[in-house]
Amino acid sequence: MSETADFPSGDLMKGKRGLVMGVANKNSIAWAIARQLHAQGAEIAFTYLNEAMERRVRPLAESLGAPVIVECDVTSDESMDKAFAAVAAAWTSIDFLVHAIAFTDKAALEGSFVENTTRQNFKDTMDVSAFSFVDAARRAARLMPNGGSMITLTYLGSERTVPNYNVMGVAKAALEASMRYIARDLGPRGVRVNAVSAGPVKTLAAAGISSGRHMLSFNRKASPLREDTDVRGVAGAALYLLSDLGRSCTGETLHVDAGFHIVGMPDEDALAE
Amino acid sequence: MSDLAERVKKIVVEHLDVDPAKVEPKASFIDDLGADSLDIVELVMAFEEEFDVEIPDDAAETIQTVGDAINFITEQKK
Repeated sequence: MSETADFPSGDLMKGKRGLVMGVANKNSIAWAIARQLHAQGAEIAFTYLNEAMERRVRPLAESLGAPVIVECDVTSDESMDKAFAAVAAAWTSIDFLVHAIAFTDKAALEGSFVENTTRQNFKDTMDVSAFSFVDAARRAARLMPNGGSMITLTYLGSERTVPNYNVMGVAKAALEASMRYIARDLGPRGVRVNAVSAGPVKTLAAAGISSGRHMLSFNRKASPLREDTDVRGVAGAALYLLSDLGRSCTGETLHVDAGFHIVGMPDEDALAE
Repeated sequence: MSDLAERVKKIVVEHLDVDPAKVEPKASFIDDLGADSLDIVELVMAFEEEFDVEIPDDAAETIQTVGDAINFITEQKK
């Protein structure tokens, strides 16, 4: 994929500043979103999880001229304090937040949900994948005196059962519900809050899901558009929601999945190998 | 080296940013080339894209050296 040609340029985000949390590498959905926002004039700060991720994220973030590239472990209050302090030190206010963070143990993304989910894993998954958005939204909203827009990334496994997605589906359901309550609370302050429900995309995160490959091919065969979810479509939805194009839209979960979410029963040819 | 092996080598050199001379068949991604577990996942994804093959998780776990990758992909392409 060429560097900018796939992401239409313009001024939709001109003068807007924001934070993108959750880029892992060049295949990340969050990275496609960042590139699209940048192509429309946004200034973007980035967080990365730890040293192993910094090596991957820093060169990408620097290529977009990021003024802040800061470590952030969302399970630590202290780390969140530091990351948001770094953003606040660079900019007195921000306009947008992109939250693209989730985690569970690989063992929990396989086989039986009811048999394999442990108390500790359930709590940890909810903490990283759902509570982190509540926490980040609260902190980001304090930096949005003039209003703003926030998005999180989710997946259909929150609404319907998907093989092996398991505890992550439960966490995504909590994430989407949290998004609606955050939207309700922050609406009076002029902050819009939405979720983008992307179809399967080949990312580092998808590689962690047992049968990720099956999710991709089934989504392609059974979706109305008969295609893989194009990450540019996800980035475009993010641009809509984060720019003023998305005014009056809040509390929404926008599906960008080649239409897979509307299918109750796929055509016969989708089931044939 | 075969054409396929050269392409594997090129991906490894670019991804891990290592000296091409070190990327020989017996070189271990983790022990000799400084890869971490995420690099392995990223390399497998890069191989899948470059060669249009599927490398399932259980096969990916057996790919520990440059030679392992070359052999697996060669078998798949037969």
